[in-house]
Formats: sequence, structure tokens, C-alpha cells
Amino acid sequence: MPIILWTDALVFLLIACGIGSGFYIGRREYLLASWRRVGESRAGMAALTVLAAFIVLGLLDSLHYRPRLEAVAGQPANGYSSEVRSALDALLLPLRSGTEKTYSAPLATHLYARETVELPDGTQARVFPRLRHGGAHLQDPVEEWARDVSWKVARGLAFAVLAGLTFAAIAVQAAALRWGVGWPAAWRRIRRGETQFAWNAVLATLAVLLLLGGPVAALAGGYHVFGTDKVGQDVLYLTLKSIRTGLVIGTITTLAMLPFAVALGIVAGYLGGWVDDVIQYLYTTLNSIPGVLLIAASVLMMQVVIDTHPDWFATSAQRADARLLALCFILGVTSWTGLCRLLRAETLKLRELDYVQAAQAFGASATGIMGRHILPNVMHIVLIAVVMDFSGLVLAEAVLSYIGIGVDPSTISFGTMINTARLELAREPVVWWSLVAAFAFMFVLVLAANLFSDAVRDAFDPRIAGRRIAATAQGQAA
Amino acid sequence: MLAYIVRRLLYALPILIGVNLLTFTLFFVVNTPDDMARMQLGIKRVTPEAIQKWKAERGYDQPLLYNEAAEGAGKVTRTIFFEKSVKLFVFDFGRADDGRDIGHEIKTRMGPSLAIAVPVFLLGLFVTVSFALVLAFFRATYLDFWGVVACVAMMSISSLFYIIGGQYLVSKIWHLVPISGYAGGLDAARFLILPVLISMVAGIGSSTRWYRTIFLEEIGKDYVRTARAKGLSEMAVLFRHVLKNAMIPILTGVVVVIPLLFMGSLLVESFFGIPGLGSYTIDAINAQDFAVVRAMVFIGSVLYIVGLLLTDLSYTLVDPRVRLQ
Amino acid sequence: MHAWLLAFAVFLSGCGEVWNNPYPAQETGRNILYSAFTERPKHLDPVQSYSEDEAEFNAQIYEPPLQYHYLKRPYTLIPLTAEALPRPRSVDAAGREVPADSPRVAHTLYEIRIRPGILYQPHPAFARDPDGKLLYHNLKPDDLKGIYSLRDFPQTGTRELTAEDYAYQIKRLAHPRLHSPVFGLMSEYIVGLKAFAETLKTEDKALAASGTGNAWLDLSKFQLAGVELVDKYRYRIRIKGRYPQFAYWLAMNFFAPVPIEADRFYAQAGMAEKNLTLDWYPVGTGPYMLTENNPNARMVLERNPNYRGEAYPAEGEAGDASASLLADAGKRMPFIDRVVFSREREGIPYWNKFLQGYYDFSGISSDSFDQAVRISVEGEASVSPEMKSKGIKLEASVGTATRYFAFNWLDPVVGGGQADAPGRERARKLRQAISIALDWEEFISIFANGRGIPGQGPIPPGIFGFRTGGEGINPVVYDWVGDAPRRKSIEAAKQLLAEAGYPDGREAKSGQPLVLYLDTTDRGPGDKPRLDWYRKQFAKLDLQLEIRGTDYNRFQEKVRKGAAQIFVWGWNADYPDPENFLFLFHGAQSRAKFQGENAANYANPEYDRLFEQVKHMENGPARQALIDRMLAILREDAPWSFGFHPKDYSLHHDWVGNLKPNNMARNGLKYRKIDAARRERLRAEWNRPVLWPLGLLAAVLAASAAPAAWGWRRREQSKGRT
Repeated sequence: MPIILWTDALVFLLIACGIGSGFYIGRREYLLASWRRVGESRAGMAALTVLAAFIVLGLLDSLHYRPRLEAVAGQPANGYSSEVRSALDALLLPLRSGTEKTYSAPLATHLYARETVELPDGTQARVFPRLRHGGAHLQDPVEEWARDVSWKVARGLAFAVLAGLTFAAIAVQAAALRWGVGWPAAWRRIRRGETQFAWNAVLATLAVLLLLGGPVAALAGGYHVFGTDKVGQDVLYLTLKSIRTGLVIGTITTLAMLPFAVALGIVAGYLGGWVDDVIQYLYTTLNSIPGVLLIAASVLMMQVVIDTHPDWFATSAQRADARLLALCFILGVTSWTGLCRLLRAETLKLRELDYVQAAQAFGASATGIMGRHILPNVMHIVLIAVVMDFSGLVLAEAVLSYIGIGVDPSTISFGTMINTARLELAREPVVWWSLVAAFAFMFVLVLAANLFSDAVRDAFDPRIAGRRIAATAQGQAA
Repeated sequence: MLAYIVRRLLYALPILIGVNLLTFTLFFVVNTPDDMARMQLGIKRVTPEAIQKWKAERGYDQPLLYNEAAEGAGKVTRTIFFEKSVKLFVFDFGRADDGRDIGHEIKTRMGPSLAIAVPVFLLGLFVTVSFALVLAFFRATYLDFWGVVACVAMMSISSLFYIIGGQYLVSKIWHLVPISGYAGGLDAARFLILPVLISMVAGIGSSTRWYRTIFLEEIGKDYVRTARAKGLSEMAVLFRHVLKNAMIPILTGVVVVIPLLFMGSLLVESFFGIPGLGSYTIDAINAQDFAVVRAMVFIGSVLYIVGLLLTDLSYTLVDPRVRLQ
Repeated sequence: MHAWLLAFAVFLSGCGEVWNNPYPAQETGRNILYSAFTERPKHLDPVQSYSEDEAEFNAQIYEPPLQYHYLKRPYTLIPLTAEALPRPRSVDAAGREVPADSPRVAHTLYEIRIRPGILYQPHPAFARDPDGKLLYHNLKPDDLKGIYSLRDFPQTGTRELTAEDYAYQIKRLAHPRLHSPVFGLMSEYIVGLKAFAETLKTEDKALAASGTGNAWLDLSKFQLAGVELVDKYRYRIRIKGRYPQFAYWLAMNFFAPVPIEADRFYAQAGMAEKNLTLDWYPVGTGPYMLTENNPNARMVLERNPNYRGEAYPAEGEAGDASASLLADAGKRMPFIDRVVFSREREGIPYWNKFLQGYYDFSGISSDSFDQAVRISVEGEASVSPEMKSKGIKLEASVGTATRYFAFNWLDPVVGGGQADAPGRERARKLRQAISIALDWEEFISIFANGRGIPGQGPIPPGIFGFRTGGEGINPVVYDWVGDAPRRKSIEAAKQLLAEAGYPDGREAKSGQPLVLYLDTTDRGPGDKPRLDWYRKQFAKLDLQLEIRGTDYNRFQEKVRKGAAQIFVWGWNADYPDPENFLFLFHGAQSRAKFQGENAANYANPEYDRLFEQVKHMENGPARQALIDRMLAILREDAPWSFGFHPKDYSLHHDWVGNLKPNNMARNGLKYRKIDAARRERLRAEWNRPVLWPLGLLAAVLAASAAPAAWGWRRREQSKGRT
């Protein structure tokens, strides 16, 4: 039975908006030009490739359903499990269900902790027991492990090379058709970066991703590639699941705040007068409260609401999702002020321009002018704000979870992972893999987001970053 | 000038009232006084009478906004709102839910917070501005490129990792500084070195990149070309002209946070066990001690408004053309 | 750059050969014990303080008449300030002495005679001027200027402990402005306490009405019927009926002495505003006194110069002598001059500092058990080889606590309150099935480092009524195989579940899956593994578990209203008597109905009847037989899945001596001793600074400066050319 969680719905809405604006832009040459500049940026396109991989994972993880319970003889009807799973869960079934008892190191065949076992002769001994799943296919782990692992890595690499070549072939073929040249010439042009779109960066990034992902995927079938955590869950699975949370926080938050920021910013700037005063008062007040405290207070309040109405949510996944969504909204409410101020300042400028004045003279309504003339001309600011906020929000989630006002503890996220992992550093011997895995994935995600946002910013307005912060502070002073 | 300051302070009043109303609504919707009482009274053998008593003692047994039972002005003043919110305006923070004087607590905790925040602020500013100047000097070279790459990489790492990693390596493995704790006087230095360095490093990436953008924007302006044409050395151009003219955008970002240094850093203080206002806030959030959180919200807002005012005043110092009226 | 590094190194080496010593250099080598506290104590007033972290301080300062023997097990009461253990005398309504088991018993009298010559710690409340008048009892607001802590009073004094101080404290239990957690319970037993509280309440109202609401309420003006002063050193407490467990309460801080001078002193106007209260600065006769109270950073206990010097116990359990716990027999305590507690809010620094030798022991009580759990991967009851090589020792003892899953008796699915017998039977089978499926052995090994004993019933080992061997097991959940209990197979549980009407976790009639709800306060990010584990257990039976994590307030509220279905909780014993565990199932203690301690709201008339009998009995075979019957009822009904009894353990360095975990006695500091010289040596050995990273850092900085310098030169040159 498919389930659409609130955040899923918003993610799909976001995707729909993305596709819609893609069509819109595609039919307008002047808008397309800026995007072409983004496409020229090699760092930006490499980052976009990485982001796309993350987004695919996140989308797979957003297709939720409740599995049907298997029919049992002699029972009238079948129900649905109260456990909510996603398409990603189904893909990663061996990882999800292959839990061990407790910690095991990456690629290990034995548990990380000794256990008392009864030997066949009746005596007891403390040994590192074999894992239930990791390397379970090996008869003699000491002998076979190295060979098996290298064989799997090799297979993974081979697959990666194959897949990479296929992609490259498709790209070259497309290019060859387009330019009407032969394969070698097309390949040369792509390799040297003589294309308008940074194909070489995309293909190179894809190759790196495949070369890393291939062996991991090959190994994941037989081992816990990143080890297991305290209750024996596969760390690779946890990291992959964290991606969706990060993406949702990074995107839905902006989606939630956009209507406020855009509407209030433009209205304040265009209408001026007491409307402007009220809106300015509103955002200065919100802004003057230290962000963390405002978030803390709101999150606590929202928790109470959720706790006192357990009947609103059929499953704990829905409850956790409600909390995630609420967190997004709260973060949105506390972060819309910056963009709002920026838009107000821009609108103030646009209002004085000739064509707006002309529209006013023709008696166009205020709403019409704001919608038709001002909004399209501030969209680039909105776009830049959206991409620039993304990475900050992903980072903020981790910190908020540390303070205890982040996502629900049953939600897998980078923040919850770091928090449990940091306690493991104090163990003897040290358990490092969860922290390293969370660090690596989070770093790559945020780095990609930062690079992509740089590319977008440079393409749309190279000076906006400096202007934005300056405008922020000046707006406060005003 | 004075008139300007007074007027600005008067403008601040409605903002503070708004802040107060907002926090009041949030906090008394969140936790009824009953919850607070149960939290504070502990785990075993808590009777309803004890809860009633606790509420009465702290004035939580009164109505929220309007007291029917009281007479005259008491109808308004003998309410939770008046007792707990309005008094903040005269910096009377009252007592924490555990019975301690918040004002006194804030005074004693300000020191340790500043001991971290001020060095981080000053050193950080110095390091990032110089680093950004170096990058601007080498603009469009490989040095600049890799510098920016390093900045982007550094700002992509969560501050949690800097703290966890730094503490693990420097304190636990290398035994260079105490793991956590704090001491008064000169002894404090041993405890502060690591947290100060870590917070500084964590902030280098984004600030450097931002300052570099500002400098590059200035460098692109006409007067710089003129100065170079006069035959000034690149160094002289950078320091005498670019740095000076970049001051306004730098000040707008920097001055506003100076008063907020008092609030301390939530993460660093709690990781390193420094008894400052940041860890006080975290403790209060975890203990759901709303009296403290309310006080901190109020102080934060006041300091923010002060910061805005200081920003304006600082403009007149760096740019004589700016006049405040 | 190098000069800077050099200066840095010189500065650091100024702190001694170790760089990371968190304590001031002048404390080096001194007879100081270092410990930590994670939660700041909320109350130090002995009528209010009830938690273990507060007892850590209070028990060293306050001396109730009795204490537990430090070494002997099972826990035995011995006199502390009393001359001897009080012998309860039973009297009938007319005041004639009758045998204790007589049905005519109306009251029981406890007469306590305290030792003469015991002095209070130096304290300004006792300071007198040359005329003998109390110096600081008429302070004007101006006098308090410049006074922020107790140390700011120049004069101190002392006085002898009298029986009146004990009587005064019992009166304070009923103080209208304090809320003693045991007032409710004690007013059931101590004659006249309830009426006394009413008197005080009206008096307090009168004071408030006269406009002096905060004025001192002089309790000595009012008479409490149940407490009688015989002479300067003797007092008598009158208890309604029989309550043999009362002697245990006499070893708790609620019955410690409070001098009226202190109460009067702290009640002066302006004191409370400066945190000068009894809640903040205790006044006692014990071996230590609190000299620094800064809960943000540290609390310091210092040797009480007026302490009379109790002798170290001369006898203990078997094995104590070989563990060199008796070497100091007869010596005057305490052995340590000063105890410094540093605030350590995070578990990791606490643990690491312990490993570096900066904490002498990791004082892990059963309250903060979870923190210890994060310490070592090895699920064994001894220290790891690395720790052993450092000389770290582990002392383990079975605690007097229990952790459990409770099934709310009022719940329609898992509870036992159904109207029809088949319904009750079904619910019971469901509870039994879950009890089997919850694999507490695994829980202990994952989350408690193997330091716990799976519960066969509510009574932990070491408490009367606990049985070892085959007759002590819970036959519903375990089989006795060979010489050890073995948890029944999951098939057995599934069988029970099917009989309960939920074959394969599906409701037989509708085919809908059975969803159960667990309430817990585990909701921090660190609690995720535990929540996952809970789900895993229920999944074994194909049951679906919904976990509702709430904050402690909501959780309490829910349990109080009886709205939770299944929840996780624990109980720490107040005193080592089975009554303190069995009463958790007493119908009259129902949480939802009577605000009692029976959080599961369990109700069984037969059990209640037996409980009323067992409550007043002396330990012996007859009592054991009844307890066995009660446990059998509980095991069959399964209102709890008896989780486990956490083993109390503490890790300590080998320079700490005379350490034996004692779950009931919290006043253990006076027995401890340390070898400060050895500690100094080992600390230096373990904390040698590693310097190569500093060198590396310098090298990296230099290396990254080089291309810049080179590039700069080139640019300047190229400029010269163009």
C-alpha cells in the first residue's frame, strides 16, 4: 500500500515545480543564457553530477509504502504492516535485514566484541564470534577473506568500467550526431572541454562515482562495507538513509519559507508606507531573537503538540515525518527574514524603473505589477538564495540534533549518526567507522552543494554574494 | 548624534515587546506550570500537593493574562505575564526554575563566555582578513584557486567534526591540553587554547571567502586602477586603498555580532565544559527551564539591537561622509 | 612563527611536566580526591534531597542516627551518631508495652540516644560575640553587602549536637514552605505529623496575611505529638502501628540533624536572594563540609576540623581482608583532606580524564548506568587488558535496583482488568509471550556491558526474598537446564501468542496486525540503538511496536493518568527490604488511582492480602514462604517483564584504597584513601605530551607560506620589468 508522507508530497511538489520551471525557462532564450553559463562551469557540473546521485537516492527513499503482510492460512483478511518502507529500503533489503548483534568493523567477518560461547566439549570460552551476515559465505575467513574481497572489488571495478564506458558511449554518440562528426572527433572535443556544456566534468565525475560505488555495491552483498553500529545495523545503510533527511531539510525548508519571503518582501518594497513598516517590524523582531533559541522553543512546542495527539499519526514513521516537516517549517520561519529583506531592497529599486512606472501610468493593478513585472525580475535572487541556503541547512541539522532539538531520534540523519558516533570515539578500542562514514558522505554532499551554488551564483550575478550580506546588514540598520 | 541614539533606542522598544509576546506565547503553550513542577521536583514520590506548592511558590499559580480575583492594578500585575515577562524590561530576570537567581548566574557566566568569544573574534578576524588579502593579492593564480578550494572544503565540514576531531586528537591522543574544564585567572589559558583554535579554524572557510569577494570587488573599481597608474606598489594599493574602502562592508557584518559575543557559543562551551552562557542556555533547553531561556532570548534581542546601533555609529568613524540624523 | 611556538611550549611546560593537567599546579601531590558530577544537585536541604547525585554530597556532611555497615553484606544497619540501634517497643492504646506481634499494638516507639560530644562543622550561624550572643542572627540588609558566599562571613562557631536537632528536622518534614518527598509517606506513620503540618500551614498563612510572608517560621514553638525529647541526648519517635522498615529511614538524610540556629540564620531577609540557604550550604556534623559550591564548575568538600573521628570498621565480609579492605581497621577516619568534584556534563571527557588519571574513580552509579555503558566494547565484567595494564580496577556488586517493562493493567489489550475471564486469560498469555521474547540477556550484553542480572522477579539479589538456583527462576519465562536458567524458545512464545488469539501477530478474527505502543523517555539521538532493539524484540513475535518517545514530563503525566500501554521504567531501593519492591504491585499504591508507586496499576486481591501480611514480618522462613507465593502470582500474571538488576560497579585507579561499592550507604568518602605520590608518577607517565604534531604544524605552515612568498617575489619582479 503506497503511503505518501507529508515530506514526500512536498518533495514531489518541488520536483514538479522544477520540471515546470524547466519548461518555462527552456522556451525563453534570455533565461536560458544564464543556465548555459552554469552548464559551462566544470566545477558546477561535476558538483551537479554528485548532487544528482544523491537526489536519485533521496527520491528512491521518498517512495514510501506499507508492505502487505503475507497471507496466513486460515485467516480471513490481510492487513498491512505498520512499518513504513521506501523503495530504497526494498533495494537495500540485504543491508537492512542483515543486522548483527552489535559492532563489527568495516568488511569484518567477526564481531568487534568478545562473547562467551559454549564450546562443543562443554567448556566456555570468550571469542570473537562470526558475524551472522558479514562474510557468512566464507568457509574459512582467515584464508579466504583477502581473496574474496579482492575478487569482489575487481568485479565491482569491472562493472564500473563497463557502466562508465556505456555512459561515455552514449554521450559521444549524442555529440557525434549533433555536430555531425565522427566518434573520434566528438570524443576529442568532449575530452578537451571544447563543448559548451562541461561534458568532460560530468563524465569524469561519473567515472569516479562509479569506480567508488561499483566495488562498494559488489562488497555490500557479502560484507558490511562500513561496519555495523551498536545494535548491529549496517552503517552503509544508515548513511544512505541519511541522505534523504539532509535533502529534505535543505530543500523543503526553503520551499516552506519562499512564499512568505517573496510575498512579504515584494509587497513591503512595492507598497511602502505602513505595510512596509509592519513587515519590517515583523522581520526585525524575528531576527532579533537568537536563532537557536527560537528554534528550540518552537521545536519543544511542536513536540508537545505531537506528543499529545498520538492518534493523529497511524505509524511512527508518520510521526517522525511530521516532526521532520515541522522542523523544516520552523527553520524556514526563522530564516526567511534575510531573503525578505533582500527582495524588499531590490523591489525598492525596481519600483523606480521606467517600465514599472509606465505600467502604473497605464493603470495596471498593484498585484498585476508585482506579479508580472517585479517577481520575474527578482527570481534570480530567490534562486541564488535557495541554492546557497541548502548547504547551511544540512549543516544546521547536525548541530540541532546535537542540542536535542533536531529530528526525531528514530529518523536516520547525519545529525543522529554523528551524535551516536561521537560517543563511540570514547570506547576502547575505538569505534571510528560510523563517524568517518557520516563525515565522508556529509562532506561530499555539502561540498557538492557549495560548489554548485557557486556556479549558479557566478552565472546569475557574480556580485550577489557580497551585495546580499551587505544588504542584509543595511536592512537591519534601516 | 545623541538624539539619534535615543531615537533608535526608542524604536527598539516595540521590537522588544514583540519578542516578549512571542516568547511568552511559545513558552506557556509549550509547558504548563504543572509540567515544570514535575520536572523540578524529581522522580520519586511526587504528590499533587507538592506540585501545587511549587507553583504557588514561584507564582505560576496565577492566571496567564488577566486576574479576575485581584483588585485594581492587581488585575493586570498579578498575572504570569506581568510577573514573568514585563519584569524583563528592567532586567529583573527572577529565579530559575531550580530556584537560583538568573541575574547573578548570568553575571558570573559572562566572564568565561567572553574569554572564549573575544579571542575567537579578534584572532579570527585578523587571520581571515589577512588570508583574504593574500588571496586577493594572488588573484587569478593557482594559489588563489587552491586557497578558495580549501575555503570551500573547510566550510563544508560540520563544526561538530572540528570539535570532535580536535578534542580527540589534541587532548586525548597528544595530551597537549586538558580535555575539558575551566579555571579562573591565568590558568584559564590552558583550557582556552583548544576551543579558541577550533572555533577559529571552523570559521576560516566562509569568512575568508566572503572577505575575498569584497576585496576583489574593490580591486575592480576605477580608483584602484588610478592608484596603480600612479605607480603605487601592489602592496600599497591593497593596504592603503582596498582595505580601507572595504571596511564598510566588513563592518556591517562584523560589528553587529560584537555584543552577541556575550551570549557565548553553545557547542564549544558544552563540549569543553566551560561554564559560560552558552552552556547555560543548552542546560536550560535540556532541563526545559523556561525562565532561563526567556531571559536569554530577551538578552539576545537587546544585544542584537545594540549591535545594529553600534554598526551605524561605526560607519561614521570609517567614512566621514556618513551622517546620522 | 618559531618564536611563537617556542613561547607556546615554554608557557605550557610552565604547568609542570604534563601539559594537560586540569588542576592548579599547587594541588600537585596533595591528599586530594578528584571526582566529578554530571548533574548539578538540585537540593542539598536534607528534607528535600532524595536523589543519588545529591546524596554524594549530603551523605558526607549530614549524619542521621544510623548508617549501613560499609563492608558487610547483606546490608546491615549500625549506629552512626546513635549510641546503639534503637530497639522498637510496641505499646497498646493505653501505653502498656506489648509483644511486637500482638494484635493490640497501637504504637511503636523508637528511642534513640545519641553520643555526647559530637560537634558541628564551623559555621557562621553558630558564631557568637564575646558576650555569647549569636553574631549573625540580626543582620540588616546593609550587613549583607559584599557577602556572596558563606566564606565571606569572617567569624564561625560550633556547638554540640543535641537530640533537639534531630527532633527539629523531623518537624521540618512538615514545613509548609519546603516539600519533602517523604512527607506523604511519613505522615502515615509518625503520630501527629499530619496535624502538625496543618497547624504550620495555618500559621504560615497568618504570617503571610500579616504582611511578613517570608518571615521565619519558628518550628520550635509548635509541638509534634510523635516526637518526644527525653533529655539532651535522647529523643523518641512514635510510630502508628508497626513499621519495621522505619529503622531504615533513620539512616537517610530525612532524619539527619538540623540545628535551629542554621534555620534561623538562613531565614534572614536578603539571604535567599544571595543563594545563602540550607539548600545551598549544608550544615552538618559529618566528616566533610562543603566549602565551595559552584555547581557550574566545581564543588569542594573539605575535612571537618571538628569531626570526632569515627574508626574504620574492623570486620567485613569474607574476602574483604584479602582485598586489603581491612588494613586500616580501627584507624581514625576520614583519610582524605579534600574532595574536589568537577562539573563534567559530557560523558566522554569524564571517561577520558579518568583514563588519563585526572579522576580517581569513575563514580558510575546505577542512575547514570547508561553513560558507563558507552565505555567499552568488551561485554565482559572485568576491565579490558589495556585498562588492566594501567592498574584500573573494577568493583562490581549487584545493585539494589531493577529495570523493567511494565504493562499497564488498565489497558484493554495488555492489561489485566478485563471483565471476562477468557479476556483476562488472553491478555495474560500475551504478556507472557512478550516477556519471553524480550531477550534481556542480549540487552544486558549490548547496553549494559554485561553488567546486570536478568530479572526473575522484582527482588534483586542481596535483598531478602531473592532465591538463587532453580527455585528462584521465573518458570513462565525460563527453564532450568543443567545448572542455569535458559530463556524459553521463541516458539514457546509464539505458541502462547497464538493461544492469546494473535497467531503470527495477527488478530485471529480480523486478520489485522496487533500494534502495541511503547512509551519511553528515550528520545535523544543517543537512544536510537535502544529503540531499534525494542522493535527487534517485538518483531520476533511478528508484533508491531510503535514507540512513543516523549519528554520526562509527558511520560510521567501519561503514566500518572494510566494512559500508557507498555513503558520502560526502573526502581531504586530506598532501603534493603523486600517490602520496598513488593509494594510496587500493591493495589493501594496504584499510580493512576491513588498516585502511588504502582506504576503498572497492577491489582490482585490475593497479592494485596499477602502483601499486608509480609509487610510487617521479620525476615525468616515464614516471610520467605509468603514472598515465594507472591512472586509466583506476579510471574504468572506478568504485569512486568522483569528486566534486569543492574550490577553496580565502579572503576577506580589502583591508588585509591578502601573502595567497596555500597548501594545503600552513600557516605563512603570517609573510608577512602589515596596514594597521591603514586598518582603523580602515573599521571606523568600516561600524559607525556606528543610534540611531533606541533612540529608538523609548523612545517606545514612554513611549506604553505613558501609558494606565497615565491609568488609575491615573482610578481614584484615582473612588475619591475613591464
